[in-house]
Amino acid sequence: MTGLRLAAVLLAVFAASFALAQGDPRRSGYREMGPALQKMQDDDAANPAMLFVQAGAAAWAEKAAAGKSCADCHGDATASMKGVAARYPAFSAEAGKPIDLEGRINLCRTTHQQAEALAPESDGLLALSAYVALQSRGQPIAPPDDARLSNLRAEGAELYKRRQGQLNLSCANCHDDHAGRKLAGATIPQGHPTGYPIYRLEWQALGSLKRRLRNCVIGMRAEPWSYDAADYLALESFLMQRAKGMAMDAPGVRP
Amino acid sequence: MANVLVNAPKTAKKGEIVEIKALIMHVMETGYRPGTNGRIIPRNIIGDFTATWNGREIFRMKMSPAIAANPFVSFAAIASESGTIAFRWSGDEGFVAEHQVSITVT
Amino acid sequence: MTLRRPESPFRRLGGESGLSEAKSRDPFFRQRRKGRSTTLGATVGRRAFLAHAAAVAASVTIVPFAAHATPEALAAAIKEVTGGKPLREGKVTLDLPPLVENGNTVPLSVKVDSPMTADDHIKAIHVFNEKNPQPHVFNAWLSPANGRAFIATRIKLADAQKVVAIAETGKGEFWTAHAEVIVTIAACIEDIT
Repeated sequence: MTGLRLAAVLLAVFAASFALAQGDPRRSGYREMGPALQKMQDDDAANPAMLFVQAGAAAWAEKAAAGKSCADCHGDATASMKGVAARYPAFSAEAGKPIDLEGRINLCRTTHQQAEALAPESDGLLALSAYVALQSRGQPIAPPDDARLSNLRAEGAELYKRRQGQLNLSCANCHDDHAGRKLAGATIPQGHPTGYPIYRLEWQALGSLKRRLRNCVIGMRAEPWSYDAADYLALESFLMQRAKGMAMDAPGVRP
Repeated sequence: MANVLVNAPKTAKKGEIVEIKALIMHVMETGYRPGTNGRIIPRNIIGDFTATWNGREIFRMKMSPAIAANPFVSFAAIASESGTIAFRWSGDEGFVAEHQVSITVT
Repeated sequence: MTLRRPESPFRRLGGESGLSEAKSRDPFFRQRRKGRSTTLGATVGRRAFLAHAAAVAASVTIVPFAAHATPEALAAAIKEVTGGKPLREGKVTLDLPPLVENGNTVPLSVKVDSPMTADDHIKAIHVFNEKNPQPHVFNAWLSPANGRAFIATRIKLADAQKVVAIAETGKGEFWTAHAEVIVTIAACIEDIT
């Protein structure tokens, strides 16, 4: 009897979530790609981002100045890092401010490993973040329910709608108002950060969400922010909140 | 050291056709692009790729600048005998990378 | 107007008429007669957005190389391989996405119908293109040890163009297939600075 009731409840939950999934108008960048590129991403033996993941796995086990590796504290990343990338940016009590995944990696390096921080967009930082992000593949994006992030998200939301640059465009002009339509040959995606860091064919390299945002700012003909600008963190926080519940597909391949 | 990712089965039945995939990190600079200073960035590509099975060549490829960055190659081979499949990439600026995997054929 | 696109695989120069070409390629432009957008703000209509979109597209419009391979160069490169022997259509399956999302990395595979025996096999697969700076893409040498005449790789295509695959049999016959590929371009570029 209890079993039957449980089954009924599960069925109802399943039906509800299925309906929700069907009704969710959000589409990841993965879904906007053609089958050839989706196949490239899906095959771990073909996805070029996996070269960086391999380097990241090696870096995870490498001892730094203090004689400690990531693994010494965090153990097996496939278990300990599951879902972690899906939760950043998050508020760090240690730093006393919100940080993103790259910020978290560098905080670990400078405090626990007594190593130098890795430069933004350096192969070392991208490799580690790709390795950590891979452990969240298939996990729903789960921004922390933390009031200390509210201001940052609000700032990001405002930034997302703010027109800027010589073209006087906002993020929303393309990624809300015209998402799914074409700009030149490319489909304009909705701008959900499900796959970062991504191997972008245009770059012929792996890059972070910051690099992608910077790339958009340049596209608007606005002055790009430096990599340590708070604007990125605000936009990242807003975009992750906006993509809450969507499945991670990092490391992604994008055109 | 070059970053290489090779995918081949660890075991196969004798006579079975296996698929081998090889990825390597390399810029594959074409020699046709100007850099920020307006001068052409010199060509820096992998020109040759070979695969051998227990020392016997099973695949060879000559690449041009039209091969994409971080070259990916996939090809087939008949599982003949247990041993080593070895891969070698070589190119401009003295680039050489070698990698091998072992395979058990039953 | 000098266009610069540092992340492109090959050099692209020239391009006086980039804007008009960009407009004709831009789906937004075709729809401009349908009236003002209701999704954009009240002060900026579709026309303004179109102008912006066209400006974005203009900077990435594909323009001719200063120097690129020509149909003649393609023919010459093919002749180097075939030695002038006849090319026959068939047996070769060349697989490329018909619409390439970014020419920097285009998945390509070639399959040839062959038993791959000592008497009857494919000795080599050659791929050429028409409009990159040079016509060669790759040459791959096979043997009966492969069991299947197959290769997959990823190539660079600078423009919409013809790609030609040629399979050479052990007996010195040549089979061929070609594909016409449309190469679209990334809508948003990035400078190196």
